[in-house]
Amino acid sequence: MKKLFLGVLTALALAAGGTFAGTLDDVKARGNLLCGVSTGAPGFATVDDSGKDVGFDVDYCRALAAAIFGDPMAVKFVGLTSAVRFTALAAGEVDILARNTTWTYSRDTDLKQTFLGVNYYDGQGFMVKKELGVKSTTELDGATVCIQVGTTTELNLADYFKENGMSYEPVPTADNAESQQQYLAGACDTYTTDASALHGTRVNLENPDDHLVLPEIISKEPLGPLVRHGDDNWADIGRWVLNALVIAEEKGITKANIDSWKDTKDAEIHRLLGTGDDDILAMVGLPKNAMYNAIKAGGNYGEIFENNLGATSGINIERGVNASWTKGGILYSPPFR
Amino acid sequence: MSSPTLPPSESFKFSMLLSDTRYRGMSLQVITFIIFMAVFFWLVDNTIKNLALLDKDVSFNFLWLRAGYDINQRLIPYTSDSTHGMAALVGILNTLLVAFVGCIIATVLGLFVGILRLSKNWIVAKLMSAYIEGFRNVPVLLWIVMVFALLTEFTPAPRAFKGAEPEATMLFFESIAITNRGTYFPAPVLVEGAYWLLLCFGLSIVASIYFIRYANKQKKDTGKSLPTFWISVAVIIFPTLILFFAMGQPVSLEYPYLKGFNFKDGIHLRNSFLALTLALAFYTSAFIAEIVRAGIMAVSKGQTEAAASLGLRPNKIMSLIILPQALRIIVPPLISNYLNLTKNSSLAIAVGYMDVRGTLGGITLNQTGRELESMLLLMGFYLAVSLLISSFINYFNRSFQIVVR
Repeated sequence: MKKLFLGVLTALALAAGGTFAGTLDDVKARGNLLCGVSTGAPGFATVDDSGKDVGFDVDYCRALAAAIFGDPMAVKFVGLTSAVRFTALAAGEVDILARNTTWTYSRDTDLKQTFLGVNYYDGQGFMVKKELGVKSTTELDGATVCIQVGTTTELNLADYFKENGMSYEPVPTADNAESQQQYLAGACDTYTTDASALHGTRVNLENPDDHLVLPEIISKEPLGPLVRHGDDNWADIGRWVLNALVIAEEKGITKANIDSWKDTKDAEIHRLLGTGDDDILAMVGLPKNAMYNAIKAGGNYGEIFENNLGATSGINIERGVNASWTKGGILYSPPFR
Repeated sequence: MSSPTLPPSESFKFSMLLSDTRYRGMSLQVITFIIFMAVFFWLVDNTIKNLALLDKDVSFNFLWLRAGYDINQRLIPYTSDSTHGMAALVGILNTLLVAFVGCIIATVLGLFVGILRLSKNWIVAKLMSAYIEGFRNVPVLLWIVMVFALLTEFTPAPRAFKGAEPEATMLFFESIAITNRGTYFPAPVLVEGAYWLLLCFGLSIVASIYFIRYANKQKKDTGKSLPTFWISVAVIIFPTLILFFAMGQPVSLEYPYLKGFNFKDGIHLRNSFLALTLALAFYTSAFIAEIVRAGIMAVSKGQTEAAASLGLRPNKIMSLIILPQALRIIVPPLISNYLNLTKNSSLAIAVGYMDVRGTLGGITLNQTGRELESMLLLMGFYLAVSLLISSFINYFNRSFQIVVR
């Protein structure tokens, strides 16, 4: 009897994961958005002193929640390690994954995920202690390397050292916190992950000046939010909220001046903010002022970047390639029409 | 002519399957079986349907694809160009290594602690109690992390060995280096002729086994006991030792030395391996100690007194009278503990040890996204290993059982 009962429970649990078609309806019915974020990546997703979730990825989810509900706080953040993130998304534990995840071919196809775009162009770097005297990754032959398991960085690392005929010893760790601890204890000579995360980690160390992020970037890591296959409408919503933030920066729409565009002659701004006649957002099932709310939540892309990764945040990452295409970067959104 | 005691013959009715005690037991079993199978097939069917809904299939082809990642501890040749299947095999061997070494240490420690806990010496007995309660009552994961923290936080980095006046030095005539990345030992290097040495060593072991059999037979027939232990040790060691010098020392030692970031050469026992093996062994030894104590105490006190009255000394009583009888009680629960240790080794990821859970169930699972397949393979592996261990020890156990004629 007990076996039977357990069997039924398991079956129900499996069946419960089965219906994915109307994610937007599910989210609306639930009353909040379930957003998968990192368990602790400074600048991308952390918890501040007052217990509030903050970060670059967090702000994207807030914008999405604002677009759906008009309330940027209608999000529940689910901390996921790099190892469980895809399983959690596939099983429906989260509606969207915004967890500085690299867009790759096999993740897009074999893992059955849909990437919504790139919100940060990153690359893999190395951090070392200055006292080692290492100035370049080419001097790392024979080094012990701390690395988070289940990431693309693990594969880049193997390829990079092989291509350059160098040897290394990997020390696998579960997450950023453990890597950091092992690195500080000297159990590894260098810690490798996305350069943005290294910068974020470094400023939070006790003596940031004792550590150095090496200049070489050994890979392309386009990071972006993603959803599971099977619900294109939901993917469109996520993609266009991201695009809206980018367009807003391009057009100069900020959190502060967003209400002052009513009389503009730019039709795209009217479409975006829902101040014109046509209601194109009804096509994906969102209210007319959805993008207005999204931009109002945390500002445009540039503001979100500055607040979480740029000068305001103390992490001081340059915009670089992540600047708008109008300012020499490669951030470029398709037109909103 | 029918017997008068039989009930009047009745034609079979369908309702009798439940109402008649002759059929009820059987029909209930059949019904339960049908329900069980129905639920089982429903589960499998449901899983396949839901996977299809997610656009996923069940396929084990990923085992033949390039793995692309490196593994630090490998007992067989492996590079990032090897397949996921090879990576799983490297992990399996790492798991078996921890299980094997862990079980040996746990057994020796457990036997030792269990016997000492019964010591008449108050301090020794209490110390052993503290050891057992300390290890038995704290989750093993905490012990693993604790041992690992001790090994990494309180040992010098390889860099500390550098320079004219290094902060740390190697132990035992510059041969062993304890660092926060592991311990480096000199490795034996076999030169020409070393295989004769191995052959000689193997033959010595065989010879000592025959000698022990002979000694046991002598004891049975004549009652005289030979100093078995010392003679067999001598048989194993001396011929090989003499040959070693006679052949001009064909085995030399390769010492670890510092080069670049790390020590090179020698045998490298990583801290992850040491922490996992030691913590699992300590933890399991506490349980084994209690089993040993229970086994010894289950042997009636009259046996000890009878042996003493025959003039046997205490250590002889232990080895000849008590332990052989206690073993019958000890061995079956011992299996459970070996199985537990083997399965607990899957906590390896806590210290970054690359066991099969870390390679197949960790990195491979993540890079390929084949959760169901990886988990099924993992479960199959642990099941197979557990069944192998228990069948092996059960076979061993039969030789201890009292032969009933």
